[in-house]
Amino acid sequence: MLHFERWKIWSIVAVCLFGLLAGLPNVLGSNFLNDRWPSFLPHSKISLGLDLRGGSYLVLQANIEKLKQNWFDSLINDSRKALREAKIPYTGLGKNADGVRFRVSKPEDAAKGLEVANKLRRPISMLLGGTGAADLDIKTEDSGNLILIAPTPEALSQRIRGAMDAAMEVVRRRIDALGTTEPSIARQGTDRMVVQVPGFDDPTKLIDIIGKTAALSFHAVDESMSPDAATSNGVPPGSRIYPTEKQELERNPGLPKDYLLKLVPEVEGNELIGAQAEFDQNGRPAVGFRFNTNGAIKFGNYTSANVGHPFAIVLDDKVITAPNIISAIRGGSGIITGNFSTEEATNLAIQLRSGALPTDLSVINQRTVGPSLGADSILAGTRSALVGAAAVAAFMMYAYGLFGLFSVIALAINIMLLFGCMSLLGQTLTLPGIAGIALTMGMAVDSNVLIYERIREELRGGKSAIAAIEQGFQRALATVIDSHITTLVAGLIMFALGEGPIRGFAVSLSIGIVISVFTAYTVTRLFVAMWVARQRAVTRNIVVPV
Amino acid sequence: MTWRGADFFPHDLKFPFSKWMPFCVIGSLVLNALSLGLAVTRGINFSIDFKGGSLIEIHNKTGVADVAALRAKLGALGVGTPQIQAFDDGSNVLIRLEQQPGGDTAQNAAIDKVKGALGDTVEYRRADSVGPTVSGEITQTAFYAVAASLVAISAYVWFRFEWQFALGASLALVHDVLMTVGLFALTQLEFDNNCIAALLTIVGYSINDTVVVSDRIRENLRKYKKMLLPELIDMSINTTLSRTVLTAGTVILVLTAFVLLGGSVTRSFIIAMLFGIFTGTYSSIFIASPVLEWLGVKRDWSGAAAATTAGNKAGTSTKSA
Repeated sequence: MLHFERWKIWSIVAVCLFGLLAGLPNVLGSNFLNDRWPSFLPHSKISLGLDLRGGSYLVLQANIEKLKQNWFDSLINDSRKALREAKIPYTGLGKNADGVRFRVSKPEDAAKGLEVANKLRRPISMLLGGTGAADLDIKTEDSGNLILIAPTPEALSQRIRGAMDAAMEVVRRRIDALGTTEPSIARQGTDRMVVQVPGFDDPTKLIDIIGKTAALSFHAVDESMSPDAATSNGVPPGSRIYPTEKQELERNPGLPKDYLLKLVPEVEGNELIGAQAEFDQNGRPAVGFRFNTNGAIKFGNYTSANVGHPFAIVLDDKVITAPNIISAIRGGSGIITGNFSTEEATNLAIQLRSGALPTDLSVINQRTVGPSLGADSILAGTRSALVGAAAVAAFMMYAYGLFGLFSVIALAINIMLLFGCMSLLGQTLTLPGIAGIALTMGMAVDSNVLIYERIREELRGGKSAIAAIEQGFQRALATVIDSHITTLVAGLIMFALGEGPIRGFAVSLSIGIVISVFTAYTVTRLFVAMWVARQRAVTRNIVVPV
Repeated sequence: MTWRGADFFPHDLKFPFSKWMPFCVIGSLVLNALSLGLAVTRGINFSIDFKGGSLIEIHNKTGVADVAALRAKLGALGVGTPQIQAFDDGSNVLIRLEQQPGGDTAQNAAIDKVKGALGDTVEYRRADSVGPTVSGEITQTAFYAVAASLVAISAYVWFRFEWQFALGASLALVHDVLMTVGLFALTQLEFDNNCIAALLTIVGYSINDTVVVSDRIRENLRKYKKMLLPELIDMSINTTLSRTVLTAGTVILVLTAFVLLGGSVTRSFIIAMLFGIFTGTYSSIFIASPVLEWLGVKRDWSGAAAATTAGNKAGTSTKSA
């Protein structure tokens, strides 16, 4: 127990050093961090939770039911159009909870009616991880006269996912416009999103901004002059300069930074009824889109008159893409090809949908912390933790002398490693998290108390100094591990089931406990071993400090 | 010269814990029943996390707040009867609105109304609103979390020790949870989402303590095969008492620092944990161990159980009255 091989000593030192380096980014200024901190060293910092930083936290729920109903409505429209074109008399075209249904009036039309329904199916996009299977289940009843069209569960969940992606994109875009620092938007479950905007404590305004629907439109490019010429000489009447969307410029640095477009759009965004990432006939990623009947007509007219010229798609007054028209598009469905990667195609489709897809978002939970409370909380939390730490350190040194000092140093290393781990994992520190750190300190010390009290017992039992120390560490190990594992179980459950501040508490407690087995036991043992080795060289009669 | 520590905790304590156990067990049963009763009759002061509704903390810029005027003003807004409470130095006020009819979005509307009525005369320190959907989920999750941790921990103790230990440990944990619930019912401290974390921490700490004592008992069972069980348990508890008290002491030191300096946001959470340290320590000695005594446990962990169990039962003079 008291003999450490060289390599073990160096490993321990290495771990501590690594913890120190991982935690340092938190205290170094950002300039130093960006310029002079070597890139092979860890860079991530601990982020502060909203309860410490101040800001707004919203949980938004998407209206899935309405999404379904909208889909059913458009299926009804498409069915009606197709049945009329095929000249099939029908009745009872409507929707229920699961899907759309209609009944052919003449039994001999049953097969044709089924064919119409089958034509409505579309493959579930494989780019979003779908299987490429059809998105509708077509069934018949009543000897083929009643035709039922229902979305497959896979199609429904993919549509929900697509809607959520689009909605999150809209929300992200809106919040970026506020110019706040590091907002975070994350999905929660299948139909919710969590929006956190640090430093912004006006949730009403936030909710307002999020609620606006995005404005999408399709514009002709004014090719009479370049955008730069228009800027210096004056914009021609009926046109306007639109800047290119920032993310688009980042993806394709070769794009012009703005465009000169006709002011009045050729097609409105609400005439787009769908967009999805697909593969073109060469198997490359592309974006397919569809207009409704009106949009199809307008688009068809425009494209046939302008083959070879570009047109621009504008979202919230920024150009997101400006492809060339290769051929007239009359059917209302088109495909945009270009050097898209799969990710780029998917992103563009999301952006197109975010103009076309109205997803109702309602706020089901909000928490706002004003900046003064945030600052107060940090102050109070830090002060309590420091005072607590000082009290514990003083007590340990009083009760256990030199060995107490060892345990305090091990505790300091524990905290340092804890911060290092939390930085590496990108964890968030909350106010309960600070309490968790404080609790970890108390419990880390527990291991040392266990060991030292055991050593005292052995000494009283008549063992020699070294034997007592060895026995102390030996016997205590099993207890230390058992007790830590049980507390860890509680911590892990809290982590799995909790959210926000509880999760922050669970993280610092769990990580702290795992680390404390290392520091309170192994590191302390190392110090004691080194001390014993020194004592042996100096005297025959070792006096144990505990 | 070695810097020596102060070995101030008395050794060779021989507290007759086994003698006290019957009284303590009965006492605990009574207290647990009382706690449950209080929880049911007086109820627990659930925060908006569980009840739904809104909470606004304001800081009155002009000094001590006029609570009566606030109450009148906000009462007229049509958001139900607001619960208003000044704290700290009187300039910080907590406004609670109960759950508004109209589902999730109605809660925000209520906050907006209050903000509209108070305007710029106050500073908004925090504002939370929780709709019925989320509050329902929080309640459910809380319940599962506590239940899951009780089950998982008992399973682990069963795996590491014997089933008698696991049963004793589980009962000790249940006792701790009930007592903490009773505390909240008695003091009407606000029970929010953080308090669930406190409960789980108490569970963690209590089992920590119980495992340390159990570990010593197990060691002594092997070492002193002839000693009567009550005597053996007493000895185990007495010899670990120094560690128990010292560790509880250090954790209490830290938590006290938080109670005094940590501010109002986490106060009820920290107080719950502080209380939990006491019940956790108590339950390891006076709940888990009596169960062990009562059930009897084998001495020889290589399998010759039958003969010794009879000896144990004869030796247990502390079966509950």
